[in-house]
Formats: sequence, C-alpha cells, structure tokens
Amino acid sequence: MAEYLVLIYEDESAYERPAPGAVDKMMEGHRLFGERHADAIRGGNALQPSGTATSLRGDGGGGFAITDGAFAETKEALGGYYLVEAADLDEAIALAKEIPAPFGGVEVRPVRPL
Amino acid sequence: MDASVEAAVADAHRREWAFVLAATVRVAGDIDLAEECVQDAYARALTSWPDQGVPARPAAWLTTVARRRAVDLLRRRAVHDRVLPDLLVEEEPAEPVAGDRPGVPDDRLRLVFTCCHPALAPEARVALTLRLVCGLTTAEVARMFLVQESTMAARITRAKKKIAAARIPYRVPRLEELPERTDAVLTVVHLVFTTGHTAPVGADLVRADLAELALSLARMLRLLLPDDADVAGLLGLILLTHARRSTRVSADGSLALLSDQDRSRWDAEGIAEGLALVREALTRRPPGRFALMAAIAAVHAEAPAWSATDWAELVGLYDLLVAIWPSPVVALNRAVAVGFADGPEAGLAALDRLVDEPQLATYAYLPSARAGLLARLGRDDEAADAYRRALDLTDNAVEREFLRSRLDGLGGPPVADP
Repeated sequence: MAEYLVLIYEDESAYERPAPGAVDKMMEGHRLFGERHADAIRGGNALQPSGTATSLRGDGGGGFAITDGAFAETKEALGGYYLVEAADLDEAIALAKEIPAPFGGVEVRPVRPL
Repeated sequence: MDASVEAAVADAHRREWAFVLAATVRVAGDIDLAEECVQDAYARALTSWPDQGVPARPAAWLTTVARRRAVDLLRRRAVHDRVLPDLLVEEEPAEPVAGDRPGVPDDRLRLVFTCCHPALAPEARVALTLRLVCGLTTAEVARMFLVQESTMAARITRAKKKIAAARIPYRVPRLEELPERTDAVLTVVHLVFTTGHTAPVGADLVRADLAELALSLARMLRLLLPDDADVAGLLGLILLTHARRSTRVSADGSLALLSDQDRSRWDAEGIAEGLALVREALTRRPPGRFALMAAIAAVHAEAPAWSATDWAELVGLYDLLVAIWPSPVVALNRAVAVGFADGPEAGLAALDRLVDEPQLATYAYLPSARAGLLARLGRDDEAADAYRRALDLTDNAVEREFLRSRLDGLGGPPVADP
C-alpha cells in the first residue's frame, strides 16, 4: 500500500456568493466520502482561504523573508486535502473522483516515504 | 561472430523484445530494472548462442535469462537495503512463448496500458510505447519526433520515474475502466502505424517493422475488446491502409500515388478482413473517429480503379469526421477530396481556408496538395512555388524525390539538392 495526498484546488471567489444549497451539498459529499472510505482515509481537513496564508522563505543567512499570501497566486487555490491509502495510482484516482470539488478539481500526489 | 547468430539475435530483438520485457517486468516489479535485465539477456545471447547454438524458442531463453538476472539483482538489493522487495511477483506465469495461447492477451498488453496511462503526458505515452513495447532506442524515438536525443531521454526518464513514484499499476484495466482507458491506447497505436506507414525521416518511405507492430498491437486489442467499435475501426483502418504497402513505392524506389498504384497487387485478404471490420465498426451510432477513417480507406479499397473512386461519398465521410474530430489535417484531406469531387477550384477554395492554421504551418502536405490543385488549373508558376515550399518541409528521401519530379514536370527552374 502507498499513501497519496489529494489536494483540493478550487476557485475561492465561487464560495463568496455560492448558489443556495451548494455548500450544504458539498459538505454532505464530504461526509459521504468519509463514511464510505473510512478505511482508506488517513487524514484530511479544509483550509482557511488563501488570504489567511503566510509564506516564509529563508534568505540563506539565517533570516527569513515573511510575506502575506500563498506561495503561488493562482486562480484556483488549495482549499483542503485528504491523506489516503491506496494500492496504486488507479485506486487513488478512483477515490479522488469521489471527493467533491464543484469549483475546481483535485490533484493526486504520491507521498514519498522517508 | 557468426553472421547467422547475429541475425538471430537481431531478429529476436525485433520480434520478441516487447514480449521478453513485459514478462520480465512482472518479476522485476520495476520497468527500469526489467529493461536493464532484458538488455543484459540480449547481450548474453550474443556471447552464448555462438557456442550453444540458437535456442529453439529464443523468446523463452531470453525471458528466463532476464528474469533470473532480475531476481538476482533484487535479492542483492534486498540484502543491501535490509528490506524485502515488496513488488516482487513470485507467481510464475505459463511458459513464456509468444502466440502460445491464442486468444489470451499476454503481458505485452499490460505493458501497453501502463505506457499509455492517462496520468502520463501524451507525448510521453507514445515515447514510452515505442521505447518499451517496440524496443526502439532512445535515439530512434528522438529522431521520430524531431527532438534532441537528450530531450527524449529526459522525457522517457521522467515518465518512468512517475510510473514508479506514483505507482502506476502494471495491469490491464478492469472492464468498467476500459472505455476511458482505451482511447489513449488506440491513439498511440495509430500514431505508431502512421509513423511506420510514412516515416517522417530517412531513406525509406515505409518502416515496415513499425507498421507491423502497430498491426499486431491492434490485433491484440481486438482480442481483448472484441465488442469495441473503436478497436474494430482502428484495426480495419490499419488493415486497409497496410494492404497497399507494396504498391506505394515503385520498382525504381520512387513514390507511387494512390492514382498510380497497381491495385491488382493490393493485399486482397487484408482488404476483405478490413472491410468486414469497417462494417462492424459503423453499426455503432454515431460512428467514432477510427470507424470513419476506416470507412474512408474502405472507399479507396473498394474502387476498382482511381477513376472509379466515389469522391462524393468521401467528401460526405470527411464531413462527418471533421464534425467529431475537428483537426486541420482532416480538413486538409477533405479539401483534397473536394478537389476531385467538385473540381480543383472548389478544392483550392477549401484549402485556402486552412493556410493560417498554426498546426499546418510546417506540414508539407498543405503546400504539396495546393501545388497539385494549382497544376491542374494550369497555374504552373504558383504550383512550382508551392512544391518548393513542400520540399523545404520534407525530410523523407522518397517523398523529396517525388516532389522534385513533380516540380521538374512543371518545367520550372530545377531544384538543387540540399
């Protein structure tokens, strides 16, 4: 078995004025996903909007440049994640297809065991 | 070295490479390691076969040697890492002889589906298939795609790393996954065939080995997916096109167009098999892209002579194809058909709508098709310019010779060799 981090990327502005019921439907989707795949899910959560992010970059001399915002400014921002266990990529993709991401999509990244 | 042994090894490389590699991957659990072991096995054959003689079943011999080497290396690695290799497959499949169990798809199919996994970039899928399934060297694959060998090596290495790191499985997809996985494989097999049918570079027009390989891959897919209309369409298309292979180059080595080919020398058996597949593929509504392309090939195959070609039928089929597959190359072929159905003026008008297509900017068939239409209209100077532009874009020696002879036929100034 291997672990995959499934990153949920969505257009944050879509959540500012969502259609009635859209958020409830999405939360229900997450609840169902959590129930159905309790055995495979190792962890996961939603994140606060990217506007709350703080980025740090070492300057090489022991100091840090600290800036407001996410590392990469993109239209679709990282908004949540799951850590799942799967036998292979096909199984991980099958799981990822069930994760709700109505305003974007998800990225599947293999975890590199150290 | 005995020339016959060398020839036997070369033959085994051409015919059995994919089989030996696919069977070895199962044991090695890692494509890179398997490839290294298979290369070792072929090297061993070069030193062993002169003394021991060429084995009765070279593929079985090579597979045994490559797998033993893989097990050996894995054990050593396990001792070194103090961990057991978790991907080692202990189960020994049936005696590894190609064609042993007709009707049962062999390991090669796993290899194809792994190489054509949708999680890989499209250009990496083709490159990996040619490298791993067809056994081409990285240099050959690079030449085929007109990129530097180092670029292609990096592309292949990156794809192999992804297969290992993301654990892209080495298996044929389950039945319910097949529809979304099949198109990627068909696209790659089709590209291998067109690359073999008209080699982009080199002295020969046809790379028969690649065309044959695409044909056998398509046949294998047909065994696995006997009810899939797209598979039937692709196999039909390949058979009908491949049936004309021996007439595409004349005795003197020059290119023979469809209009000048000796149709009595077309492969009647291949055509009959292809036509049956086209009929089957067209029963699905709406017909898919390979079914339509095969139907177009069937119109040519069924015409007893060039003059008897049903051009109106061809334009109708191209219209359907453009609707579901709006590629500029298809539009170009449609324009050529219009040129025969409705006359060169109409063909030229259809063609002139494509001149700004970026995808056709370096495509030699656009200026050469234009040249043909202009020549039929008696506009020789413009035709000569178009032939010269086509020559600038063509690297295949046989095609270059053809274009030059057309140009000379117009009576324009002669073209110097590059």
